[in-house]
Amino acid sequence: MNALQATALPLVGSLLVAVYWLVIAAVSLVPANNAAFARRAAFPLGALAGIALAAFGLQAVWLPTHSLTLPLGLPDLPFHLRIDPLAGFFLMLLGSVSAGISVYAAGYFREEPSGRLTLISLQYHVFLASMAFVLLADDAYLFMVAWETMALSSYFLVITDHQRPEIRSAGFLYLLIAHLGALAILLCFGVLHGGRGDYTFDALRAAELQPAWATVAFLLAFFGFGAKAGMLPLHAWLPEAHPAAPSPVSALMSGVMIKTAIYGMVRVIFDLIGNVRWEWGMVVLTVGAATTLFGVLYALMQHDLKRLLAYHSVENIGIILIGLGMSMVFIGFDHPAAGVLALIAALYHTLNHAVFKGLLFLGAGSILHSTGLRNLNDMGGLIRGMPRTAFYFLIGALAISALPPLNGFVSEWLTFQAALQATILQHGVVRSLLPLFAATLALATALTAMCFVKVYGIAFLGQPREPAHPSPLPHAGDAGGMERYGMAWLAAGCFVLGLFPTSFLLMLNRVGVSLTGQGLSEQALAGSGWLWLVPTAAGQASYSPVIFLLVIVAVTLLAFLLVRRFYHGRARFAAPWDCGYPEQTSRMQDTADAFGQPIRHVFGPLYRMDRQLPGPDDAEPRYTLKVEDRHWYWLYLPVARAAEFVSSKIALLQQGRISIYLLYSFITLIALLVFVR
Amino acid sequence: MSSAPGIAFQILQSVFVVLAAPLLTGWVNQCRAWLQNRSAPSILLPYYTLAKLFHKDAVFARDASPIFRWTPYILFGCMWLAAGIVPVLATGLPFAPAADIIALVGVFALARMFSALAAMDIGTSFGGLGARREMLIGFLAEPAMLMTLFTAAFISGSTQLTTIVDTLAHRDFAIYPSLAFAAVAFLMVLLAENARIPIDNPTTHLELTMVHEALILEYSARHLALIEWAVAIKLFAYMTIGIALFVPWGIADAGDWSALPYAFAALAGKLALAGAGLALIETLLAKLRLFLAPEFLSTAFLLAVLGMLTHFLVKG
Repeated sequence: MNALQATALPLVGSLLVAVYWLVIAAVSLVPANNAAFARRAAFPLGALAGIALAAFGLQAVWLPTHSLTLPLGLPDLPFHLRIDPLAGFFLMLLGSVSAGISVYAAGYFREEPSGRLTLISLQYHVFLASMAFVLLADDAYLFMVAWETMALSSYFLVITDHQRPEIRSAGFLYLLIAHLGALAILLCFGVLHGGRGDYTFDALRAAELQPAWATVAFLLAFFGFGAKAGMLPLHAWLPEAHPAAPSPVSALMSGVMIKTAIYGMVRVIFDLIGNVRWEWGMVVLTVGAATTLFGVLYALMQHDLKRLLAYHSVENIGIILIGLGMSMVFIGFDHPAAGVLALIAALYHTLNHAVFKGLLFLGAGSILHSTGLRNLNDMGGLIRGMPRTAFYFLIGALAISALPPLNGFVSEWLTFQAALQATILQHGVVRSLLPLFAATLALATALTAMCFVKVYGIAFLGQPREPAHPSPLPHAGDAGGMERYGMAWLAAGCFVLGLFPTSFLLMLNRVGVSLTGQGLSEQALAGSGWLWLVPTAAGQASYSPVIFLLVIVAVTLLAFLLVRRFYHGRARFAAPWDCGYPEQTSRMQDTADAFGQPIRHVFGPLYRMDRQLPGPDDAEPRYTLKVEDRHWYWLYLPVARAAEFVSSKIALLQQGRISIYLLYSFITLIALLVFVR
Repeated sequence: MSSAPGIAFQILQSVFVVLAAPLLTGWVNQCRAWLQNRSAPSILLPYYTLAKLFHKDAVFARDASPIFRWTPYILFGCMWLAAGIVPVLATGLPFAPAADIIALVGVFALARMFSALAAMDIGTSFGGLGARREMLIGFLAEPAMLMTLFTAAFISGSTQLTTIVDTLAHRDFAIYPSLAFAAVAFLMVLLAENARIPIDNPTTHLELTMVHEALILEYSARHLALIEWAVAIKLFAYMTIGIALFVPWGIADAGDWSALPYAFAALAGKLALAGAGLALIETLLAKLRLFLAPEFLSTAFLLAVLGMLTHFLVKG
């Protein structure tokens, strides 16, 4: 009896948290408890529930699978719920990251008018609950209902500032691509179902597909979930929707929502379809590598901070896809230990990206909140007015640049280790291609570091760039208490995930075992302790972030103390030296666009650039540069034109006269009588 | 994984590298002066420079943030850490399993990121310019470096530098074509990462071409001394990585005190040759235009990738 209760607890608990979020959402609407309730109660209580959800998820990873049927839904079509290690891991991600974001939101929305705030609170908590239901769903029906609720609630959050037309069009683009994806997912479930049985995941799992149909299902799932994740070429909504949404919502969408797409991909491809083929892995790898490079190269071109972060989300989704693809290749060639290692790397990066990208979006939100600026070219020297925000943002920037000993480095390290397993593959071409994908990853990571030197150097360091205008920068205050707690929570996450990777490795190993039936090699598990991360075998590769951090802190402090001890310490302050140039003004600093100039030079053909140079005798020389996404011109606009053309032809049917419509019905009836006899 | 003699070796090696690094810089400068028909400065000149800088009064720009003040210590710490990872005198050091070649590249990246941030901190035009160029060179050099190291990792089946060196040092003499490619690529990365000709000129202060010097323009006195020292350690570390990967013979095992004098003599000889070679390269080549640097480094990257593919072809 007790054992039964113990296995049921995570599922029931998670369900309660999701329902509780829905209750908060509903109570937010009660007019008497409007703004003050949302600020003081709804968001903080939602954050507490998030921590509880994380605890339930963590528990579920270590417990056997448990399922439950709810007497809800349509007649004869109840909702099925199930929690297994994979769902538990993603519930932990959702709970822990959303806890930080909710705390932050309690501070961020403090000046919001009450009518809007109640709506934001409603949609925000419905959004959270729908994500929990996506992760708990055990049949295609509930999954699609939750998936669509997630898309719609986040759509309404994106268009919070719906008075501005550009925000409405960003929202529309998001909704459009979300629904293209949803359509593909629906079709994928249809293919998996194959006209037999019902739509529970158990039935879909049991269905034996022919290889051709399995490939169709894979492609549909990859396309459908990829649209939500923001992989190439379906990424266009991310750089539009993320800047449009309020910052906590951007953090939630980029940190958590696009991760549900990764969950969906893993669930459908590894679990429901099963029998992963290595060719699929190569498709995922290729798309992942292209997405990674594209994302970071376009991020380097941006000067809008939130757009830049959105392009980095595209890049990181690519990194996750590289891990997933490698895992599929290894499993397809029947090397489950290496496959699980790559899967662990991908899922670890999923969690890491949720934490540091959430943190960075929150930091961007604090800058926006305190200065009203999103354009990097107007910023500068924010570290003086906002030292705490600057500190948290630095942690996020170091983490996303994959620098040791923070968390981004661990997942990158694991991905490299997985790529180095390529020697065990029998297929010569694939074996030599895998390290090339690792090389792509290395290039993208180094470019990310460049991009975050740009972001941090331009926003927080240096001098304010536009002193002529009445600039808000010198008066910019630091983030408020709740905002800081939210950021501190996620910054602590960057450290915990970076310093104690082995516990997460073992957790993800459970996920791998539950999906593929096998886990990491015995030597890896034997060699791993809390101090040592050993993914394959002790002699082959190991990494100890704690020792690493201790040594680097110790030698840095030692250097500092030695200098303190033996050096006289006299110092004075003066104007900057700058090679003795006296006419230095703050406008001579690099701007965000100037910082990307070498990249434009090296990778020029990848961008669509429109440059206007001043003539030699211009009295007021202006230099303008516009960098656009090529995908708009070769993919999106032609598709939009084609859709418009087709719908204009279909619109010919619409005559507005009832006799014509009756004629259509008549013709349809005749046609049906001919065909269906 | 640790034993008393191992730890003693570890500390000995770390201190040795920190103290000996300026000597290597002095030797390279001396060789270069000879090759250029100048009368050479003392080989100890870098030590005198460091002592001089440590005695000066520090001057800060008024708006310097904590990042500016802490960066020299972080740089020095990173390079010191790197000196602890690389098997300079002995393999099997106790600290080595804590950080492998990927972490080593990560340490260099960490140092680079902080030096670029510190350069942008004051808000001068040259600082931003230096940071931008440094990161340009960095993002090209880092993947090439990783690929070079991966080639060695594939040969020995491990990413731990100490295991790699053990495998390579104790093998039968055989020519690995993949290592030949990797060695050329590594040399090119070494030149770029250490701000050497043809990518950067360590002796220039010409505003339009400087990269590394633009980064440290605002530093003075003790901070400048620490940075210069860190740069010397970095050159030393890179050279010893190259020696460990491509000519590892003579290296001792940790705890084997009797092998130490021989290892020490072998290292001194190899470093003297490598330093002279570096001076020769710097004398024979001219500095490349900045936008030829990407071509130089992508050549290095392609060579490293070719090396890796060669490994698979020859083996498979």
